[in-house]
Order: sequence, then C-alpha cells, then structure tokens
Amino acid sequence: MTSATQQSYETVIGLEVHLQFNTESKIFCGCANQFGHPPNTNTCPVCLGLPGTLPVLNKTALDYAIKVALALHCQINSHIKFDRKNYYYPDLPKGYQISQYDYPIGHNGYVEILSGDHLQKIRVHRAHLEEDAGKLIHDAKNKVSLVDYNRTGTPLMEIVTEPDIRSAQEAYDYLTALKLLLQYLNVSDCDMEKGSLRCDANVSVRPLGETRLGTKSEIKNLNSFRAVKAALDYEANRHRTLLSAGQPLVQETRLWDEHEEVTQSMRSKEQAHDYRYFPEPDLVPFTVSDKNIELIRESLPEEPLKKFERLQAAYDLAAYDAGILIQNPELADFFEACAKQLSPGKKICNWINGPLLQELNTQKKTAAGIPVSPEQFTDLIRKVEEGAVSHLVGKDILKKMIQTGQTAQAIIEHDGLTQVSDNAALEAYVNQVITENSTAAQEIQNGKMQALGFLIGQTMKLTQGKANPKIVGDLIKRRLLHG
Amino acid sequence: MNLYELTAHALTDKLHSGQISAETLYHSLNQRIKDNDGPVHAYVLFQEEFPGIQDSAPKKFRGLPVAVKDNICVKGMETTCCSRILKGFKPPYDATVIGKLRSQGMVVQGHTNMDEFAFGSSTENSCYGPTHNPWDLTRVPGGSSGGSAAAVAAHEAIWAIGSDTGGSIRQPAAFCGVVGLKPTYGRVSRYGLIAFASSLDQIGPITKDVQDAACLLGILAGHDPMDSTSGDLPVPDYASALGKDIKGLKIGVPKEYFIDGLAPEVRAAVEEAINLLKGMGATIVDISLPHTEYCVATYYIIATAEASSNLARYDGVRYGLRRTPPQPRKSAIVDMFEETRDQGFGEETKRRIMLGTFSLSSGYYDAFYLRGQKVRTLIKNDFDRAFEEVDAIVMPTSPTTAFKIGEKTNDPLAMYLSDIYTIFANLSGVPAISLPCGFSKEGLPIGLQVCAKAFDEEMMLRIAYQYEQKAGWYKETLKPRTKL
Amino acid sequence: MITKNTIQTIASLARMNLPDAELTALTHDLEAILNYIAKLEKLDTSAVTPTSHVLPLQNVFREDRVVPSLTQAEAVQMAITQKDGAFTVPQVIE
Repeated sequence: MTSATQQSYETVIGLEVHLQFNTESKIFCGCANQFGHPPNTNTCPVCLGLPGTLPVLNKTALDYAIKVALALHCQINSHIKFDRKNYYYPDLPKGYQISQYDYPIGHNGYVEILSGDHLQKIRVHRAHLEEDAGKLIHDAKNKVSLVDYNRTGTPLMEIVTEPDIRSAQEAYDYLTALKLLLQYLNVSDCDMEKGSLRCDANVSVRPLGETRLGTKSEIKNLNSFRAVKAALDYEANRHRTLLSAGQPLVQETRLWDEHEEVTQSMRSKEQAHDYRYFPEPDLVPFTVSDKNIELIRESLPEEPLKKFERLQAAYDLAAYDAGILIQNPELADFFEACAKQLSPGKKICNWINGPLLQELNTQKKTAAGIPVSPEQFTDLIRKVEEGAVSHLVGKDILKKMIQTGQTAQAIIEHDGLTQVSDNAALEAYVNQVITENSTAAQEIQNGKMQALGFLIGQTMKLTQGKANPKIVGDLIKRRLLHG
Repeated sequence: MNLYELTAHALTDKLHSGQISAETLYHSLNQRIKDNDGPVHAYVLFQEEFPGIQDSAPKKFRGLPVAVKDNICVKGMETTCCSRILKGFKPPYDATVIGKLRSQGMVVQGHTNMDEFAFGSSTENSCYGPTHNPWDLTRVPGGSSGGSAAAVAAHEAIWAIGSDTGGSIRQPAAFCGVVGLKPTYGRVSRYGLIAFASSLDQIGPITKDVQDAACLLGILAGHDPMDSTSGDLPVPDYASALGKDIKGLKIGVPKEYFIDGLAPEVRAAVEEAINLLKGMGATIVDISLPHTEYCVATYYIIATAEASSNLARYDGVRYGLRRTPPQPRKSAIVDMFEETRDQGFGEETKRRIMLGTFSLSSGYYDAFYLRGQKVRTLIKNDFDRAFEEVDAIVMPTSPTTAFKIGEKTNDPLAMYLSDIYTIFANLSGVPAISLPCGFSKEGLPIGLQVCAKAFDEEMMLRIAYQYEQKAGWYKETLKPRTKL
Repeated sequence: MITKNTIQTIASLARMNLPDAELTALTHDLEAILNYIAKLEKLDTSAVTPTSHVLPLQNVFREDRVVPSLTQAEAVQMAITQKDGAFTVPQVIE
C-alpha cells in the first residue's frame, strides 16, 4: 500500500455519545442515582423491572435533556414521546429499553469545535433521552456473569452526530468540545472513567469525491478520548488497506482492544437487530411549551467557545490564556471578577493560570470553591507589582491564603514578609553570596551574565525570599562589574 | 344462611355492629373453599391463616376477605399469572389496589385461577388446569378472570377482583351469573397488575350484585402517582348514584351487536332487558357503531404487540423459572433465554407472543401495528359520536352462554371471537359492566352489558342497579348453590 | 402469506426455539389469524391518526426525589442464582 493510495480515500466518522445525568434519583423511579455502591443496593421493583411495575418520568431528567438539546442548538420537539426498544440482554431487566424513536427531545443541532485553528460545525442529528441498563461483571473462572442493576434507570442522553467528522483527530476535537460544553451545563460528571460519558463510533472510508457512504464499522469499548482517536485511526486504516486490496468489508460491530491496540469483530451469532420500536404505553406523551423552552434557554450559560473569543477580545488575552480559563467556567468567572479590580488581564491571567491553579491542584481543591475572593487575590497581585513583597513570597502568601482564607495583608504582617528594598540591608547579603560563590562571581566578571540569575536566586534564598530581586541584581552587578 | 352466601354490603353491617367477627367470616369462607373448590378449581392459592389487619383501618370493611386474580401482586404471596414461568415468584411489593384494600382493613383470601397471563376467554389456559363453571361443571367459567368469577358465583368469595383487557372481567361474569365491572381506562391504578396489554388493561370488581360492584369500585378507584396513565380525577360516591331512577335517560342500542352469531336465547334475554328499561322510563335509541366488525382484529394486533414486549422480561435471569437445554445450541445465555421461554410459556402464550412480535417486526409494522392503532382511533370515534347522543349503551356481554370445556381449545380464532362484544370498551377506554339478565333453557346465566362514556361509571352503575332491582334476577343468581 | 421461515425468524426474535411440530402448528394458526386480521385492509386509514393512548393525558411526572430502595437482600431474594448480592447468569461472552 502506497501513501498515494492512502490519500485517495476519505474517512467518514459519526459519533454516538451517551451522557448520564447527575439527577438525585433515577429516570423512572425514586432510587438514588449514585455510582460505586455494592451490587443491587440502589434498586427497587420498578428499576428491577419486576412484573406489574410502571415507570413515571423524573421531571428534572426531562429538563436536563431539553437543556442539553438547546446547548447543542437542536430544534426541540414540542411533542415528545417515549418508545420501547425491544431486545434481550441480562442487564436489561424488562427485555426492552425505554428510549425515544421518532419524537426525540431534539434534532438538527450542531456543536462548534476548534479544529486546529479554524472553527467548524459538527451537525447533531438527534439527541434523545433514555434509561441506562445495568452492568455485567464477567467471572471467567466460574463461567458466570454477575448482574448488578444499580445503574439501571440512570437517566441517559444519547447525542448522535451526522457523519460530518473526517478524521480521528477531528473526532477527538469534537469530543473535547462537547465534553466542555456539557460540563458548563452542570447536568453530568462527564467522567469517562466512571462511565458517565461514553462514546461509540461509526467509521467508514470512501474514495475521495464519492458521496455515498462506505460500509461502516461500529466501534465499541472506547474508554477514553485517546482510545477513540486510536481506534478510529486503526479502523480507518484497516478499511483503506482492505479496500485498496480489493477485499470486501462487512458492516459489523467491533470492539477496541486497548492492550493490543486493535479492533476485533464481535463475531456475534446474533442475527441482525430488529428492535421493534413502538410507543411506550406506560408513559403518556409530553409537550414542551415555547415558554418552557425560552426559560431553559435563558438559563443556559455562555458557550465555551463564545467565552473563549470574548475573553480574548475584552481583556486582550492570548488564545493560550483564554483557553485555560474556559476549561472551567468558575475559573473564567473568577478571572472576570478580578479583571474588574485590576488590569491588564494578562497580569491576572499569569497569576491564575500559574500559581493559583498550581496551588489549587496541590491542595486538591477545585475552581468551584476558590477560598480567596477576587478582591483579596488582586490585592496580592498589586502588592507584588508595587514591590511590597517579592514574586516568590507572593506565591507563598497565596498558598497560605488558600489554606487559611486570611488576607494577604494579614499574612504579611503576621509573618513579617515585607520585601527588603533597603540597599544597606541587602548589601550585606549580596556580599555574603558573592564570597560563597566565587566561581559564579568570576563568570560574571568574565561577561557570562547567565550566572547572574543564580546569584540572585542564592540571595533570595538567604533572605527567605524577602529581598527585592531587582535591587539585588543591581547590587550584584555594581559590586562585580563597576566595583 | 351461611355467612359466605351474603353480599359484602350485607356483611359490612354485621362487621360494623360487631355481630360477627372478621375471623369467623374468614374461616367460614375458608371452610367453604375447602368443601367446594375441588370440582370448581377457582383458587390456585388460598391463605388458611387469618392474616393481620391494619390497626388504622376503619371498622366498616375490617376483615372482609377479597379473592384476587393471580396477576395482581400481593407482597410475599406467590403471584404467577398461572404461568410456569412465574412459579415461585413472590412480589416484594403490593399492587396499589391491594394497598387500598388493606387500608380499608380487607384481607386477601387467595389468588384465583386465570388463563396464563390473561390470554384466553375460558380459563383453560392455566398451568394449574381449568376452572369449571359452578352452574355446569362441564362448562368453562369464561376468562380470563374465570377463577374470580367462579369463586363469587360458587360463594367461595364474598367478592373478587379481576383484570379486563378485552372482556376478561365481563365475559366470565356473564358466564357465571355475577356482576363484573371494567372501569374507565385510568380509573383504577395498574401498578402491581402484571401487564398483558398496557394500553388496555384495567383492574375491576367481580361481585354478587351491582351495589357491591359500586362499593368495591369506590375503594379501588383513584389517582396513583405510581401509574402515569392513572386519571387525576376525584372519585365520586358511586353508591349514592344507584338510587336515582332512569326516567328520561337515553340508552343506545347498537345494531351491530345484534347480528348473526348472537345466540337466540341471548338475543331474547337482552331484548327483554331493553324492553324493561324502556318500561322504566328510559328512551331507547337505535344507534350505529360502524367499526364494530373491526374490533377483534384491531384488538389482537394491539394487545399481542404490547404483550410480546411486556412478556420479554421473563427470561430466566432474575426470578421464576430458569431452564438450560441439555445440549448447547447457540451461546450459553441465549440458550438459557430460549429454553426458559420454551418450557415456561404455554401454547396460547407462545401464539400471542409470536403474533405480537410479528406485527411489530420490521417490514410488518405499518401494515399491522400502525394500522391497528389507526383503526383503534376509528373505533374510539364511533363511541365519542354515540355518547354525544346517548347517556349509555346496552348490548349483550357475550354472543353465547358458557361453552363446553375443550370446545374451542383447538380453534384459537373461534376463541378470540368469543370476545367480540367486550373488546370495544378496552379499545375506546370506556367503562362497561356485565350483570345477569336471565337464563338459557339449560339454566346457564346470560349477561347484559351496560357502558357509559369515560369516567361516567355513575351513569352505568345507576342503570345497572335500577335494572337489577326491577328485573330481580339476583334472587336466582344469589341462591345458595351447595351441591357442586 | 406467511411461511414457516418467517415464523422461525419471529420465534428467534422473541427468544424461543420451537421444535418443528410447534412451528408448523403456529404457522397454521397465525395464518388463520392473519387472514382474519386482513379485513382491516378494507378501511382507508391514510388520514387517520394512530391512537397509542386512549386518555388525553400528558405531562405526568414525578419530582426528582430519592425514596428508599430495597435492601440488597430484598432485591435478590427472588433470584434464581446469586453471588455476593448480584444475580448470576451463564457467562455472557462478548
């Protein structure tokens, strides 16, 4: 296979994302919607599908679904109904899944993604609400599978794209953008490890210029965005190789094997699925009023990409900085509150994206509960700017502020951290450092100024960070070069 | 007179005044069941021990026993729908209607026989064997609530509850000479009723007379937050509707229900009843329900489609029966699903699952299921139009009296057609009641059916009660039948 | 109109593995029933809205509130086989 053959094919990808909602209770019963409990402890007759039981829709689940559909720019169906999708599997206690067939919550939407440096729309075919199934754990030794129905009935939204994605990287970018968008909505943990966000991929290839879709593979068992990308690359290549060799492709479901980094056919003996969808008679239809749609629309947060662009424009931020801020809407809000107190934004950003995030990370805190007010935070930045404390000491103060919630001023006073800018006091330290590091001093005298930083650093260390590094530098240069 | 021969309304007075104790009544019935149920086989399970009663329960119904069809979940009591596949299943919860009975202080006497999953019109499709009609043990009691109807007719129950998907309360009531009422769809909670066809099923009373039916309906009815299809409407005092006369009421008689195939004796009895109603001051109006001939076909599409899905949960994974084939065929799990269902379901159940699966399957959906739903609209429209004109409609409950055991078991279609007069009420959602209106030459009871518009059970009960009191058939039907 | 092959496919969809004699009998029964049902074809239903629910009910919800679940012991009390609080089935090979 030559690279010329490779280039003459186009990859076509569509993604199906399943998103678990973080409602208090399940979609059709009052069991707690929680992860990580012992098997079958969050179950009741309804979610166990016991004979005689009936579903009743959780209102919040529907509201969340509308919220997601609106955030995906979908058209919302004013008439919504649920349907039964019939199939047999031990994790499906009723022998059917309550899902939506012809009147989903939303359709014809899109997600805007930043692919490379250009904006692109990936169209969303439909977004519908359904119930999650239970979990199987395979015990190969005893040749049994264990069934846990705790997850059964978790509200689940399925988001299906059009086949608009043209590369594995683009699929990765879409998932990244979608996840961020969904995180802004606060309706899900969006945690792939816990399975609250899951992805199946459909991929096919076709000769460039061909408009019909090729034979597709559906890939399952994708447990991270990286796996999605790797699996799609692998599978698209496999298709190209087969097609180039003139070999036939079969439409099938394949599983991604994370260890071998290959996809494998499920080789299932199942016949083609016939889900026999029909309207769920146990649930009545639902109407969504324009007023309700508007209310939910108004409650939507600013989209991440809009925020990204606005932050750059309004505060003259670099794309990189704005990109970090929008990873977390709370962080971006914090930034904007700070920017009211102090400018330029770039200065604040340096403190947020550097020391603050580092410190939050070390102290295992999230941006959601930054224990420092924007006023206190900008006050600290100002103190560093004015030279009242050094940058290094400033970082220490920030650490204590996050730990204790005290103000910068209180910490400075308590710890006696005011920066030393007094030449006379500093000269003694500088002299000591030069004496103890004569090699470095010699280098500076020989014109190798790289050593200057080292000597400043040593002085800072000696003064426990209290020295004003700019004055220290001047003093060292004066002693060694002009002295 | 023995206690078990009394109506519930006669017994409530005695219970209330302390003239009899709940235990005495319970044991009187238990003895009756032991002595009498052998040849009838109305019960598939009965509780010998007198069960506890909620302390908070009002005195009126305290200790009054109720016979419950085997498809209504009673906590801790084996509930099987008379299917092998549910053998051993003890629900960990009470159906809403059972909770309502308990809160009135009533007790469950036992589970009554039925066609497996309510699939049938004769109670012959039970894994426990058939129930026999107390009026003639060689005949069927009707179905699918044949056990409940036979228990009431044989004085083995004071009253009973059943379920009606296409006539399963009314047709056995007619065959057994008792009163059977199918409420408006949504009037009584379905929570805890093991589903046959979710859009058609309703629980309702089977009683010795209309007054008891009104009383029991009042207890069963009402909105249930556990059932999304339950109507959120206040429950009227049905008993107070009974006393009003029927002068000036417009009663429709649909010509499509008096056609070939209607047994002459049944026709004569129903026509006589209509004459009596006229004599009581009602205006009789000839009406037409033009889509009547499509009811059975429509019903068997919709009911079996829903059933095929409702019965998918019986897969051997969680409860009931599990079987694995002696030799592996496909995968271990699929083999278990299939073998469990092959052995767990009876013949008629398989037939209906097959028909329902067929009409939902790809390529057939539009021509079958979807068309069925559309014709359902036409049938419902017939009734909407009719009720613009009349207050109630009367017709026979069944084209014949009780048929012989085994007579129709080899002809499923003939069996399906025995529901021809009852299916309309489930398809259109309206309430309907069957009550005795005479006997055939062979001494078999004949049923009169009265139906009213949705949620107007008061109208239906009023006409039924006034007729019952005037016609006086209850004097015959309530007679003690000791020799069975 | 309906072949034994179709019946076999339908049986397999409904997770039943019926012996040949049963398939033959079912083919015969269903044929008769489907022939009867065919009378619906006489009606022009092109302009008719299908009825899924006979009551004009809509928007029936529950609030997002947690109510106590069954205990693990209650949940698996009816289990045919179980292990450590989970239902068990013959191994499902994926």
